[in-house]
Amino acid sequence: MSPRAIDRETPDRFYTITHGRVPGDDHPLDIVSLIVAERDPAPGMQSEHAKILQMCRTPTALVEISAELQLPVSVVKVLLLDLLDTGGVTARHPLPSLSAASGPTGLQLPDYDVLKQVLDGLQRL
Amino acid sequence: MDYNASDADEATGRTPLAKSASHGLKIVVVGGFGVGKTTLVGSVSEIRPLSTEEVMTEASRGVDDDSRVRGKTTTTVAFDFGRISLDASNVLYLFGAPGQERFWYLWDQLFAGSLGAVVLVDTRRLKDSWYAIDRLEHHKMPFVVAVNRFDGIDGPQPTLARVREALALADGIPVIDCDARLRESSKQVLISLVKYLTRLSDAARAQRVG
Repeated sequence: MSPRAIDRETPDRFYTITHGRVPGDDHPLDIVSLIVAERDPAPGMQSEHAKILQMCRTPTALVEISAELQLPVSVVKVLLLDLLDTGGVTARHPLPSLSAASGPTGLQLPDYDVLKQVLDGLQRL
Repeated sequence: MDYNASDADEATGRTPLAKSASHGLKIVVVGGFGVGKTTLVGSVSEIRPLSTEEVMTEASRGVDDDSRVRGKTTTTVAFDFGRISLDASNVLYLFGAPGQERFWYLWDQLFAGSLGAVVLVDTRRLKDSWYAIDRLEHHKMPFVVAVNRFDGIDGPQPTLARVREALALADGIPVIDCDARLRESSKQVLISLVKYLTRLSDAARAQRVG
C-alpha cells in the first residue's frame, strides 16, 4: 500500500471539514452503504460535498468515498449525513443480514437467502 | 493481483459499480502484520485494493461521549479493502484488518453486520492469532481459519490438525490451507467461509423448527 496522507494530517483539517461534528449513534450509515448522487455539484458547495456528488454518479460505498477523499470513515459519515438531509444523495443500506435468531452456538448468523446468493456469486467467479 | 485495471475509468482511475448495485456485504480478513491479508484481498478483488482509516475517539472506547471537544486525543486505525460484484445487486466488500488491540475498539463501528471473518495465519507465528480468535468469539462473529502456506519456508510445516490444536479451535470451525497470492485459492477460502455459515444457518433453522 502506498503511504497515506492522512497519517500526517492534523485533526484540525478534519475539524474544519466537519465543523467539529461527529456522527451520532442513530444514523443508518454503514461502511458498505451504497451512496447515489441525486443532483450535480453546485457552485459554492463545500468541496468535499461536490467531490462526493461527482463520485456517486454511480453507486459508491461509503468506504470507497473515504479511501478516495483520504478522509476517515467518521468524517465521511458527517459529510454524507449533510447530503442525505438536503436530498443531495440517497443511500442504499445493507439489508439487515442477521437472522432474528442466532445459531446454536450463539453466533450472529446472516440470513440464509443472502448466504445462498453470496455462495452462487462466488462460485461464478 | 487479479483486479482488472482495464475496467477502470481512465479519467478517475476508479472502476464504477453497476447502477443496479444495491446491497453491500462485508467479510473481514483478520491477521497479523505481514501474514498476507492485503494479498488475499487483492487476489480476488475486482479493484486494486484501497486503503483507508477510521479515527478512534474516546467515545469509540465507550468511556464517555465528549468527543466533540476539540483537541481530544484520537488514534487512527488503517485497513485495506477490495470488492467483488457478486451479481446485479449484491456487492461483497472484503476488508483486511489488523488484529492489534486498538483495532477491536472499532469493530462495532466498522464491521458489525459482517457475514463472517477469515483468520489468516502464518504457521511460524500462530500465537499472533490467539487474540484475534478470542475477540471474534467475543463479538459472536463466525469465522474460518486459513493457513497461508508461504513458499520458502524450510522444513516441515505443521499439519492442519496441529494448527487446530494449537489454536484450541472448537469442533466444526473449518481450518483450510491457502495460497493468498492465487485468486482461485483465495476464492476457495471465501467459499469455505460461506458454506460454513450456511451449515450454521441450517442448524439454527433446524433448532428453531425442532
